[in-house]
Amino acid sequence: MKLLFSYLIFPGFLFSAIVGLMSGWFDRKLSARLQWRVGPPWHQNFTDLIKLLGKETIVPVGAKFTFLLSPYLGLLSVVLVAGMLGTNILFPSTSFSGDLIVILYLLFMPAIALILGASASRNPLASVGASREMKLLIAYELPFILSIIAIIIKSHGSIQIGGILSEQLSFGSNIMSFSGLIAFVNALFCMQAKLGIAPFEISEAEQEIMAGVLIEYSGLPLAVFKLTKALMLYTLPLLLIVLFLGKDLSPLFIIPKFIGILIFIILVKNTNPRLRIDQALKFFWRIPLALAILAVVLALLGL
Amino acid sequence: MDLRTKALTKSIWVFHVSAGSCNNCDIEILDCFTPRFDIERFGIQLIGSVRHADAILITGAMNRKSVKRMKKIYEQAPKPCVVVAVGQCALSRHMFRFSYNVDEPLDKILPVDLYIPGCPPKPEAMISGIVKLVNKMRKRK
Ligand code: SF4
Repeated sequence: MKLLFSYLIFPGFLFSAIVGLMSGWFDRKLSARLQWRVGPPWHQNFTDLIKLLGKETIVPVGAKFTFLLSPYLGLLSVVLVAGMLGTNILFPSTSFSGDLIVILYLLFMPAIALILGASASRNPLASVGASREMKLLIAYELPFILSIIAIIIKSHGSIQIGGILSEQLSFGSNIMSFSGLIAFVNALFCMQAKLGIAPFEISEAEQEIMAGVLIEYSGLPLAVFKLTKALMLYTLPLLLIVLFLGKDLSPLFIIPKFIGILIFIILVKNTNPRLRIDQALKFFWRIPLALAILAVVLALLGL
Repeated sequence: MDLRTKALTKSIWVFHVSAGSCNNCDIEILDCFTPRFDIERFGIQLIGSVRHADAILITGAMNRKSVKRMKKIYEQAPKPCVVVAVGQCALSRHMFRFSYNVDEPLDKILPVDLYIPGCPPKPEAMISGIVKLVNKMRKRK
């Protein structure tokens, strides 16, 4: 009962959905203010979702059953991650050995769900989007995992979120060391790509492939995808906070950290044009990968 | 007024079709999203795929080639979906009225919910049109 509550309501689904949608609104509002506009009211993202629920759902002719199932796959895995992270922050003793690995795998799933759904929809533009998403996945996943490996090395081989948190409690946040700082910068880049916002919204390019992977979705499945996006916007910054800035996790500290990371994402989004897919691949396999390897080496040296 | 209509009128996603316009109407539509007019305030967004659309904006005179595609696009949109004719060309075929390849005006082809006249209409005219449309949708339900 308590488990169900923690996954469905408080740190889990409901709470993180609300926070995620609010951060999505924050993104739109801040972008609008940066462009000297007024921006939408605070309930805009909720209204969008409710509206999508009331619309017709169209399934293209010949679509496989994965077309309707894959949105739930993505949503379910992000909800699990949100629940696990939330309970870990509230009660660090509840974490089990290896939950960091589980979280890494689950964070992989929304991209897989997008690829599955797009390729099930039998739309040529969607398949272009799916192939771009796949390439992007290959590009950012390696530096992301390497920078997390640097953190694992720094916390003496602990692959448990609770272990990493307690390590940071006694020795200070991971970001305070050279290797931690480099890995953090790296993880920020990769997070931008994982969230699929500019300059890395290559798979959803509105201008050239018309929403790409999402092109055939309407009504309820589209709403589920939007919700997944919102949840990712809450979960990934939280993961970074837990891994890199985990010294003080009381609400007084965690909220400014979260908003800080959010503002950083939005500023990068608003000041950079979209990259081509080959540029993105080159970028990730040059700078962040080199930085990530550097971070791992520094962590091995104990810096 | 139920929740569904209310949410629909507060978050209108717009898909923009040019059925052979001279591109002036299209530029004026984009003007609505600039800082001066900023209709994202009302939750209105331009979107790329017609599957996400709540409103289809049509500009330009319907020539024979675009009529077929227009019908297809309308069938692809998830209902409820409204059709808005923007500009004199879409309303009445304007100066192309006696042209050899413009057969019918738009409202003989698709059920048009809102007409915005002008050549091109000002962004103010479009915003006032949207307000009228929202009032109409709310009253209908
Ligand atoms: S109404 Fe005027 S501005 Fe608009 S497409 Fe026709 S000719 Fe161009």
